[in-house]
Amino acid sequence: MAYGYTGRVLNVDLTQRRIWEEPLNMDWARKFIGGKGLGARYLWDRVKPGADPLGPDNVFMIWTGPLAGTFAPSSPKYCVVTKGPQTGLYLDSHAGGIFGVELKFAGYDGVIIYGKAAAPVYLYIENGKAEIRDAKHLWGKNAHEAEDALHAELGEAPAVMTIGQAGENLVKYACISASYYRQHGRGGCGAVMGSKNLKAVVARGTGSVKVAYPKEFKEACWEAMIKDTLENPEAQFGIKWGSPSLMWYTNSTGAFPAYNFADGVFAGADKIDANVILKMATKRHACYSCPVGCGNYVEVTVGPYAGTKVEGPEYETIFALGSNCGVDDINAIVHANYLCDAYGLDTISTGDCIAWAMELYEKGILKPEETDGLTLTFGNGAAMVQMVEKIAKREGLGDLLAEGVKRASATLGRGSERYAVHFKGMEPPAYEPKGSWSMALSYVTSDRGGCHLRSWPIGPEVLGAFWLGAEPIPLERWSTANKAKVNAEQQHQYAAKFSMEICDFDCWNNQRLTNMLWTGTGFEEYKDVKEFERAGERITNLTWLFNIREGMTFDDLKLPPRFSLDPNRSGPSAGRVLSEADYYTMLADYCKIRGWDEQAVPTRAKLEELGLADLAV
Amino acid sequence: MKMLVVDPDRCIGCGLCEMACSFKHTGEFSRTLSRIRVYRWEKTCDAVPLVCYQCEDAPCIRVCGVAGAISRDPKTNAVVINRELCIGCKLCMFHCPYGAIDFDGRARHLIKCDYCDGDPECVKYCSVKAITYSEPVAAGEFLKALEAQRLRASSKGPGAAVR
Repeated sequence: MAYGYTGRVLNVDLTQRRIWEEPLNMDWARKFIGGKGLGARYLWDRVKPGADPLGPDNVFMIWTGPLAGTFAPSSPKYCVVTKGPQTGLYLDSHAGGIFGVELKFAGYDGVIIYGKAAAPVYLYIENGKAEIRDAKHLWGKNAHEAEDALHAELGEAPAVMTIGQAGENLVKYACISASYYRQHGRGGCGAVMGSKNLKAVVARGTGSVKVAYPKEFKEACWEAMIKDTLENPEAQFGIKWGSPSLMWYTNSTGAFPAYNFADGVFAGADKIDANVILKMATKRHACYSCPVGCGNYVEVTVGPYAGTKVEGPEYETIFALGSNCGVDDINAIVHANYLCDAYGLDTISTGDCIAWAMELYEKGILKPEETDGLTLTFGNGAAMVQMVEKIAKREGLGDLLAEGVKRASATLGRGSERYAVHFKGMEPPAYEPKGSWSMALSYVTSDRGGCHLRSWPIGPEVLGAFWLGAEPIPLERWSTANKAKVNAEQQHQYAAKFSMEICDFDCWNNQRLTNMLWTGTGFEEYKDVKEFERAGERITNLTWLFNIREGMTFDDLKLPPRFSLDPNRSGPSAGRVLSEADYYTMLADYCKIRGWDEQAVPTRAKLEELGLADLAV
Repeated sequence: MKMLVVDPDRCIGCGLCEMACSFKHTGEFSRTLSRIRVYRWEKTCDAVPLVCYQCEDAPCIRVCGVAGAISRDPKTNAVVINRELCIGCKLCMFHCPYGAIDFDGRARHLIKCDYCDGDPECVKYCSVKAITYSEPVAAGEFLKALEAQRLRASSKGPGAAVR
C-alpha cells in the first residue's frame, strides 16, 4: 500500500495509439520523492540519449507530488518533464491550479507520453481510464478557446491543460496553459506537446489520497501552514499583494532588470507596481489547497485594451513585458499577458526576445524595413503587444524571435549575439545579475537554463530575506565569497521541495517540509532533515548528469556579455558589472562545493555517495 | 446554537475546507467525500462554497421513511444521519433543495455536514474567513452588513445626486 502516492503510472503511445499502466517504481519514489525528481529519473530511463526534443523520440511526462490532494499547504503543484526544445537539455516546468490534484484523484502519480499522433488528439483521463480522442476541432484554437470547448463538451468542469497556437507552431518557448491562468511557462514544453500533435490533456477523478501517519501528518501540515505561511512576516507579500510586490524590493536595491538587462532600476516602476495592479484587481484567486492565494484577477477598464481580463500579471511578467521592454503602460502589459496565456507563450522569454529586438532596432542592427512596420523602440507598448501576436503566429520578424535569442542571434548575425541575454539558451527572469551576482551563478547552474526557481540567493544576498530557515551566512553583496555555498544549499531545498511539488511561495523550512514528507509517505528515512537535503542534492546531480549525457559542456556555461561589459546606469547598482573573473571564481567555488571536477562534471565519488553510481556517464 | 455562514465573495477557491472535512470524517483526502464543496470557475476566478444550511423544517427529515435515520442533534442543531439506521434510499438527497447531501459510493451510505459536533473543521482551515461559525442572529447582521456594502458600492458612486 502506497501512502501519498497512488502507485500507478499511465503510459500512452501516441504513434501506436496504445495505453497501458505500470506500477510506480517505489524505490525511485523513495530516492527522488516525486514531481521533478521522479520525473527526472523516469526521463533518464525513457528518453534515448540524443533524442530530438521536437521529434517523436522525445517523451512528454506529467508528474504530481506525493502530497497533492491533501491539506499540505500549497501542495497542488505538478510538473511536465521532458527534454526541452529551448536548451536541448533537461526541462521541468511546474504549474499550480487543480490539474495535478484531479490527476491524483483520477488514480495516477504520473503520465508518460511517447511518440507522435498522426493527427491532432487530446488525452482524456478519468478514474483509472484513459482515451486518446480526436482534437481536430480544437487545433488552431487558442488555449482559452480550447479549454472553453472542452468544458462545453465534457460537462461538469474537469481539469484541462492545453496549448495555444504558439505550441502548435513550435515556438521554442511555447507554454502550456492549465485552468486558463496557470502556466507551465518555461523552456518550450508547449512546443513538445505541439510536436506530438497533442492539443490537450484532461483529467477528472473522484478518488482519494491516504497518508501513512494521519495524526502526525495533520500536525506537520498545520505547523507549516500557520508558522511558515500565515504567521510568517516574510510570507505576507504573497498574501497581501501577490508576486508583483517583489518589484519594490528588487527595484529599490538596483536588481530589477530594465532595457534588455542594461540597467538594474526602472524609472517607470511606480506605474506598474503592485499597488497599481491591486487597483485593477476584482478578485483574489488561489490554487488548490493553498492558503496564500497570491493570484490577482484584473480587468483593464480604460484605453485601447479596455475589457481585457486575466489572472496576473505576475512579477516576472511585469518585468519581461514591462521594464525589460521599457514599457510603463500597465494596460499594455496586462493585455500582452493575456495574449501570452491565450496563444500559449512564456511571458519571460517572450518579453526578453522583444527587448532584444528593441535594442537591435535602436542600435540600427535591425532596420525599420525588417520589423513589419513596427517602431520597435523601448517603451512602445503597442508595438510590444503586436510583437507578441507575431511571435505566436510566426509572422515576419516574429518567426525569427520565436526561436529565442540564442538561435535568433546566430541566424541574424551582425553582432546581435553581443546583446543576446541567455543561459544555455534560456532567457533569464527578473533578477539583474549586475545587481545580484549570486543570481548569475543561480542561472548558470540551473538545470533548465536561465531560471530563478532552482535557487534564490538574491534573498539573503541583497534583499535581507533568509527564507531557508537555515543559519544565516554573512554575504557581501559585491563579493564572490560564500555565493556558491548559499546557491548550492538553496538548490537542495528547491529540488526536494519541487519534487514534493510544494509551491515556492509557501514553507521555506526544511524540517517542516520533511515532516510533511515522512508522515505523508511513511518514508522513515526522511525523519532526518539531512536525508531530505541529500535527496535534494541527489536530484540536482541527476538533472545535471542528464544535461551532460545530452551533450552539455563547460563551454555552455558562459556568462552573457551584457553582464560583464555594460555597467548598470542608475540606482544603487550604477556602474556595477559582474566581471568574467568574478563569475568564473564563483563557478569554480561551486564545482568544488558540489564535488564536481573543474569542468562541472560530477565525480564518480560524488555519484556513489548520492546513490547515483549506476548513472555515471 | 451556531450556524455555518459562507461568503462566496471572500472565498478564493483553495478548497482547504474540502480536504480538512473529508480527512476529519473519513481519514482520507477526497473532494467527493467532503461534506462542504467548493465549486470553481477558473476562467473568471470565481468560487462558491456549498454546505448544508441545516433547515429548521428540513425536507430530508420529512421525507425519510426510517424513524430516527435523520434527526436533529439537540446539542448543535445540525441535521445528522445515523449510519446504523440509514437504508441508503437516497430520497433525502433528491429532496434537498440545496444539493447538500451526498452519497458515499464506497461505504454505501449518505453523508452530510454535521457541524463536526460543534467544532467545524472547515472554519479552522479557511485562511480568508469565507466560512465562519456564528449565532444565527449575529450571522444575519453580518450578512446584512455585507449586502449593505454591496448596495452602497453600486448606488452611491461619485457624482450621485444628493437631493
